[in-house]
Formats: sequence, C-alpha cells, structure tokens
Amino acid sequence: MKPDIPAWQPTATRETLKSRAQLLAYVRGFFAQRDVLEVETPVLGRHGVTDLNLEGIPAAVTAAGVQGGWLQTSPEYHMKRLLAAGSGSIFQVARVFRNGERGRRHNPEFSMLEWYRTGFDDAALMQEVADLVCGWLACPAPVTLSYRDAVRDLAGFDPMTITDLELSRYCERWLEPGQLADMERDACLDLVMSFVVEPELGRDRPVFITRYPSSQAALARTSDDQGFAVAHRFELYVGGLELCNGYWELTDPEEQRERFANDNRLRTAAGKPEMAIDAALLAALDRGLPECAGVALGLDRLLMLKTGAADIQDVIAFPIERA
Amino acid sequence: MASYSTNEFRGGLKVLLDGDPCIILENEFVKPGKGQAFNRVKLRNLMSNRVWERTFKSGESLEAADVMEQDMEYLYTDGEFWHFMLTDGSFEQFAADAKAVGDCVKWLKEQDVYTVVLYNGAPLTVAPPNFVELEVVDTDPGMKGDTAQGGSKPATLSTGAVVSVPLFITIGEVLKVDTRSGEYVSRVKSS
Repeated sequence: MKPDIPAWQPTATRETLKSRAQLLAYVRGFFAQRDVLEVETPVLGRHGVTDLNLEGIPAAVTAAGVQGGWLQTSPEYHMKRLLAAGSGSIFQVARVFRNGERGRRHNPEFSMLEWYRTGFDDAALMQEVADLVCGWLACPAPVTLSYRDAVRDLAGFDPMTITDLELSRYCERWLEPGQLADMERDACLDLVMSFVVEPELGRDRPVFITRYPSSQAALARTSDDQGFAVAHRFELYVGGLELCNGYWELTDPEEQRERFANDNRLRTAAGKPEMAIDAALLAALDRGLPECAGVALGLDRLLMLKTGAADIQDVIAFPIERA
Repeated sequence: MASYSTNEFRGGLKVLLDGDPCIILENEFVKPGKGQAFNRVKLRNLMSNRVWERTFKSGESLEAADVMEQDMEYLYTDGEFWHFMLTDGSFEQFAADAKAVGDCVKWLKEQDVYTVVLYNGAPLTVAPPNFVELEVVDTDPGMKGDTAQGGSKPATLSTGAVVSVPLFITIGEVLKVDTRSGEYVSRVKSS
C-alpha cells in the first residue's frame, strides 16, 4: 500500500491533516453550541464486546492487580455508564480498535465520534446527524429509506419475507454452496447489503437507512412495523459510504442480558471465543439508563468525503502498515 | 503446508485455489459496521493465466502454494524440454516443457537469464527479461536514404521471433527488443 511513499513518511498530505484539524474544531463547536458535554472514557477497558462480527484487540495490561484488558471497539459501554450516572447529553471523539479490519475504508484503529442525547428518539437524533454532516460537507439534506425498501428496490427481493433457502440461492453468485452452508441469514443479508445495496446508496444525496430487521438490532430497541419486528436503528450513507450507526437506545437490562447471551451463543456456533459480559454496564442499566438516542460516526470516512479521498489511508497520517 | 487466513491476504501472495496455484492480485475488504466481513479477491491462476474473482468470508483460509520465482540461465533445448540452470552457483538444472515455456520460446537465447516460476519444484512458467538483445538473421535489404522517418518491415531474429523494424536495419545487426510489446527499441552497438 502506497509503495511509492517511503515507509517513514505519512500517507496523508498536509492539506488533509489540516482538514482533519478543522473537522475536530467544527465538531467541538457544533456540540458546544448545543450544550453537549465532551467526555473522555477509557481506550483500554476491562471488557471487550460480545458482538459476533466485532473482534477486539486484547491488551496485556497489568497494574494494581488488574490483569489484561481490551482496546475498545467503541466507547459505548463507558458512555452509557456516564449517562446512568447522570451526565446528561455527552459526546466523545475516541480512538477505537477493531481487529482484522483493513481495506480501502477500514483501518484497525480509527477515529469515532460518538454521542448520546437524553430525551431524543431516533428521529430527533437523525435530524442532528444530518445537521452535523451536511453542515460539514455542504451536501443536500438526507432522505430516509427503510431497510426493507432499500433491499427491495436495489436487490429485488423482500428481506423480511424471503426464505433462508431463496436468500442462500441469491448469494450463490458470490459464494460457493460450501461457503454458504454454515452462513446465518443475517450474514447473507450483510453480503447483499455490502455488494448490491450499499454502493448505490447516497449517490445523489445522503440517505438514512432505518428500520433494520430486529435480528440486527444490536443495542437498539425494537418495535412492530407492519407485522415485522424492526430495530430503531439508523445508518447514514453518503456516496456509497457507510458513515454512522445510531440507535434509540435499549434501556431494559433484562433484554440487554438476553442479547449478550445470544451473542455469545452465536459466537460459540461460529467457533469464536465467548466474551465475558460487562457487569458494570449491566449494573448501570439496572440503576437506570435515561431515555436516550446515541450514534457513532466514522470521522475518517467523513474526512474522505470532504477531501474526495477514495482510500482511508489518504486521510490517516500512519495507517497500520506504517503505524 | 502452511495456510493463509483472510487477514493475511495481500497482493503477491501465492495460494492454492481449486487445486491450482494462484497469485493474489487484489484483495478488497468489505464489511458493514455491525455485520459480517468479506474479502473480495482477484487472483491470477498461474496454470491458465486466467484472472478469477472470488469472495471469502472473513476468517476463511487458503492453502499456501509452493511457488517460487528463480533467476535461471537458459542452456539448450533437446526438442522436448528446454533446460535452465540456477544462477546462484549451485548449477542445479531444471527442464521446462513447452507449456511452461509458452510464448517465451521466441525470446530464448542461450546464456541469457530468465525468470522461472517453480511450482512444487518444477518449472510452471518462464518469463523473459523486459528487454532482450537478438541478432537479425533475415530481413529485406535496406534502402539507401531511409535512415530516419517512415516505413517498417519484418525482421526475423536468431530465436525465430519476427519483429517490425525500420527499413535501414540489415541482416547481422543486433537489436534491442521489448519483450512485453514485442517491439523493436534500438540497434545495439556491435562490440
């Protein structure tokens, strides 16, 4: 990657580094105006996450009797503990880490802007995301499309009603039957989303995808939509690039416990190690997470859109190969 | 034999796919934030030279292919095989068949050095250097005055290759030829 640039040198130009500094100033100004408190939480935490498709990076920390930890895949759990402790609306610019992720849109370490708004639902937070993103990119206001309609329009099938067998057949254009045999329904949908739907999203103007199948709810609350359980989850796409992922947050500790346990069942089935469940987060939920909506937004990708970079390494001084 | 997981995929990696040795040309990592990751990979099949596009789920792996590139000096042909020798001082010899030599046969000159790809220890392909110097053994007589502009004619080189050359080239001259395009580059000063 970038073999033409000597290995000690940055892959981002000075112009891009300047644009990054301007973006950080813009973000801080945006939230100062809205009276949202900036916070910092651990990059190195005691727990990782149970998500099937997120791999944390373990850290060999030893101090004060603490043995081992994880570089955080997102500041979500710690920020929710702050919310439960009465912080009110908060934001953070965090470095987060995801093992194995490297490509034109991925680096295992990246900058995430994550914020929580007490009293907001998903619709209110989407408006704020639109204000922040469009204020920076000077782009037209986003339109909203349901997950179901997006897949129906672009892939030509109904993701809520297609049978597992039909879906698997559909994916045979990319994968061998042997590869598909042990693939979960959601993984097949992810394939369709990545290969067919996503590249078309937000070409002319940004688009929010909403109402994900409840099986892809993660930490969002769910509700009924025309007979199907859907998640109050949204993602924003600009120019085919996935920019953020937001939830009207689940506040029910029992349901959260069940989702963590279910994650670990899926991990075991996929041959991945189980992850210890973060008891501190559950205790915070037991104490009571205020009604809130939260979102995580990739700042490097926002910078890619601003500068017209096709590769994330154009906006990061030292991507992993030269880090 | 070792294997490579998708995390280790990168351009230049040699792997076995459907039993054939392949070289990875491009590896694109695709992943929705909360979803399953995939690698979309372009590979060249080193047997057929065809480019394949395959998708892998993150975490899948491919067996490593025992493929090595070596510099070797071309020695001679016995009609069935073309014989090469390692240039590392070991004098170890390898016999390449017509399939391995392929189009390179028209650039083979004794004592010149070629890149031989070995698969499981046997020559799989032979590639010429980008430029070779070969003698003209046949071409129409040159015409006076045709030194600079316009016109070309075919010339047969010592290896049997036919290249298009300027009209002033004569039999016995040594030419520098670009093997990638098969085009004449220049005359080589006779020593």
